[in-house]
Amino acid sequence: MADLVVTQETEPPADKRPDRKRADKKRTRPAFLGERGWGRKWTLAVVAWSVALIFVAPYAEMFIGALRPSDELTKPGYLPSTFEWSNFVNVWKDSTLGDNLQVSLLVAGLSTVLVILVALPAAYYTARRRYRGRGAFLLLVLVTQMFQPTALLVGLYREFYNADLLDSVWALVLVNGAFNLAFAVWILTAYFGSIPVELEEAAMIDGASRFGALRRVTLPLAMPGIVTAVIFAFITAWNEFVVGLALITTPEKQPLTVGINSFLGAYEVQWQYLFAGSVIAIVPVVILFAFIEKHVVSGLTAGSIK
Amino acid sequence: MRETASPPTSRKPSGDDGQAAPAARRPFSARLRTALGPLPWISPAIILIAFVVLWPVVEMVRSSFLRIRRSGIVKGSNGTDNYKKLFDEPDFTHVLWNTMVWVVCVVGITIVLSLALAQLFNQQFPGRRVARWALIIPWAASVFMTAIVFRWMLHHSYGAINTLLVDLHVIDEGKDWLGEPSTAFPWMIGVAVFVSLPFTTYTLLAGLQTIPGEVYEAARMDGASTWRTYLSVTLPLLRPAILVAVVINLINVFNSFPIIWAMTGGGPGYETDTTTTFMYKIKASDIGESAALSVVNFGIIIVLVLLYLGVNRWNKEAD
Repeated sequence: MADLVVTQETEPPADKRPDRKRADKKRTRPAFLGERGWGRKWTLAVVAWSVALIFVAPYAEMFIGALRPSDELTKPGYLPSTFEWSNFVNVWKDSTLGDNLQVSLLVAGLSTVLVILVALPAAYYTARRRYRGRGAFLLLVLVTQMFQPTALLVGLYREFYNADLLDSVWALVLVNGAFNLAFAVWILTAYFGSIPVELEEAAMIDGASRFGALRRVTLPLAMPGIVTAVIFAFITAWNEFVVGLALITTPEKQPLTVGINSFLGAYEVQWQYLFAGSVIAIVPVVILFAFIEKHVVSGLTAGSIK
Repeated sequence: MRETASPPTSRKPSGDDGQAAPAARRPFSARLRTALGPLPWISPAIILIAFVVLWPVVEMVRSSFLRIRRSGIVKGSNGTDNYKKLFDEPDFTHVLWNTMVWVVCVVGITIVLSLALAQLFNQQFPGRRVARWALIIPWAASVFMTAIVFRWMLHHSYGAINTLLVDLHVIDEGKDWLGEPSTAFPWMIGVAVFVSLPFTTYTLLAGLQTIPGEVYEAARMDGASTWRTYLSVTLPLLRPAILVAVVINLINVFNSFPIIWAMTGGGPGYETDTTTTFMYKIKASDIGESAALSVVNFGIIIVLVLLYLGVNRWNKEAD
C-alpha cells in the first residue's frame, strides 16, 4: 500500500462539505425583485404558499379519497359526509397489500444494502487515490446514471428470462441496486474527498489500524453522505414501477406500486383502497426525503451543480 | 474526460502522473500490484454495472435480430425483419410524433416554470421552509400513484377537477378529459411537468446559489432595471444549471412510462402512446419487434447522453 500516493490537500472539511448553515449564508438575494419590505415579503409569501398548495392538493385529494365511504366514491363533491377511517384497516383484508408491502420493504432494503456495500469502497478509493482507469470508471458510472431501467426493459427481461429469474424478487434487488449505484458513488466520492487524509493519518499515528482509522474517523465524518445515499436509494427502489410491472407476474410477489393495480379492476375501481394503499406508500418516503432534500441535487447532476 | 466526470467537491488528487513513469523501472510484480490495486475496491461496482446495466444492452440488440416466440423460446434468426415490421406499423409515425411533442412540451414548460419557481423560492419570506417541503412531495412520491390520483380527479362524472370547473362555470358539465386524445395528451403533459418541477427547480436553485451577490451589487450600481439584470446577469450565469437540467429532463421525460400507463394506457388504441409505452405494449405480442424499438429508443438516449457529457465538459471549461 506504501506505493500509493496520498491524494488530499489539507483543508478543513467543513469548507467543502455541502453544509446547511454555509449554504444559507452564501445564498444571494437578487436585487431585481424590488426592495425588501413588509409588503413585498408578504406578497412573496402568499404567492409561494399558493404554489405550495397546488403541489399538496393532489395528495390531499388522495388522502380524502382514501377516507371516502364506498357509497360516496362515485358521487361528485369535494368532501365525503363522513370520514371512513376503517378503509385503512379493511384495505389489508381480501387483498395482497400486506405481501406487496413486504416485497417493497425487502426489495428497497436489500437493494440499498447492496448499493452501499458496493459504492462505499469504490467511492472511498476513487476519492483517495488517482489510479489508472479512474477517469474511465467515473465515466462508466456517469453513463450508467443516464441509462434507465425503462430503456433497457426488453434487455433486462431477456436476461432474467435466460437466467430463470423472472418473477423473482432477487431480479428487482439486482436491478434497483445497479441503477441506484451511480448516485451513491457521486455523493460518497464528494464526501470522502472533503475529509482530509491527515485525520486518518493522525489516527494511525495514535495506534489505530488502517481500517480502525476508517471506521472511527472517516466513516463518521462521511455519515451525512452515507445517510443521503441510503435514503435516496431506498426511496428510488420503493417507487420503482416499470421493472416490477414487467418482471413480476405473481400478485403476491409484486411490490406495492405494482400491487395496487389489483384495485384498478376492469369493471370496478376500488378507489378508496387504491388511495389508502398509496397514502401508506407515500407518507414515509416524503418524510425521509425531507431529511436529504438539500443534498440530492449534487448527486443527481453528478456534481455539475453544487 | 477525467475532469468532466469527477464531482467538484472531490479535490483534484495530486502527484499521480509520477506514478506511471517510475513504474516502468519497477519490477513486474510491483507494477502488477499497482495495476490490480484498485480492483478489490472498484470491481464489485464494475461487476454489478456490467451484469445489470451493460449486459441487457447486448441482450436487447441480440434479441432485435431474433425470432422469439411469445413463450420466450428463440426460433432462430429473423434478420432485420423485426425492424421492417416495426417501421411498417401503421401507428409508428404517429407514436414518434407523440414522443416528440411529449418531450419538447414537458421539458420546455418545466424549464420555464422552474426558472420562475427557483426565483420565488430563493427569496426570504415567512414559511419558506414549509413551502419548500410541499414542493418535494411529487419528487418523493411514486409517480405512478401521483398519475393515478390525477386520473381520479379528471373522472368525467365524479372527478374533483370537473366538479371545480363546473362550479367555476368554466365548463357546463363534466368532460371526459382522458377519453379524447386531444384533451388527454395535454393533461398528461401537465402531470409530467408537475412531477418534473421539483427536481428542476432544486437544480436551478442550486445554480442560483453559485452566483455571487457582488454581481447584483455591480448591476445595481450601473442602474440596471430588475428585468434587465435578470436577462443580462442571472440567466447567463445560470446557464450551466439550465443546460444540465434540460438534458437530464430530456432523458427522464423520454423514458417516462407510469404517467401515460396510469392515465390512458396509451389509448384509445395507440393514440396517446410514446415510443416508451408503445415498446412495452408490443412486448406482449412480439418481443423481437419490441427489442427493435428498444434499440431505436436506446440510440436516441445515447445521443442525449452524449449531449449531457458535452454539456458537462462545456460547463467545466467555462468555469
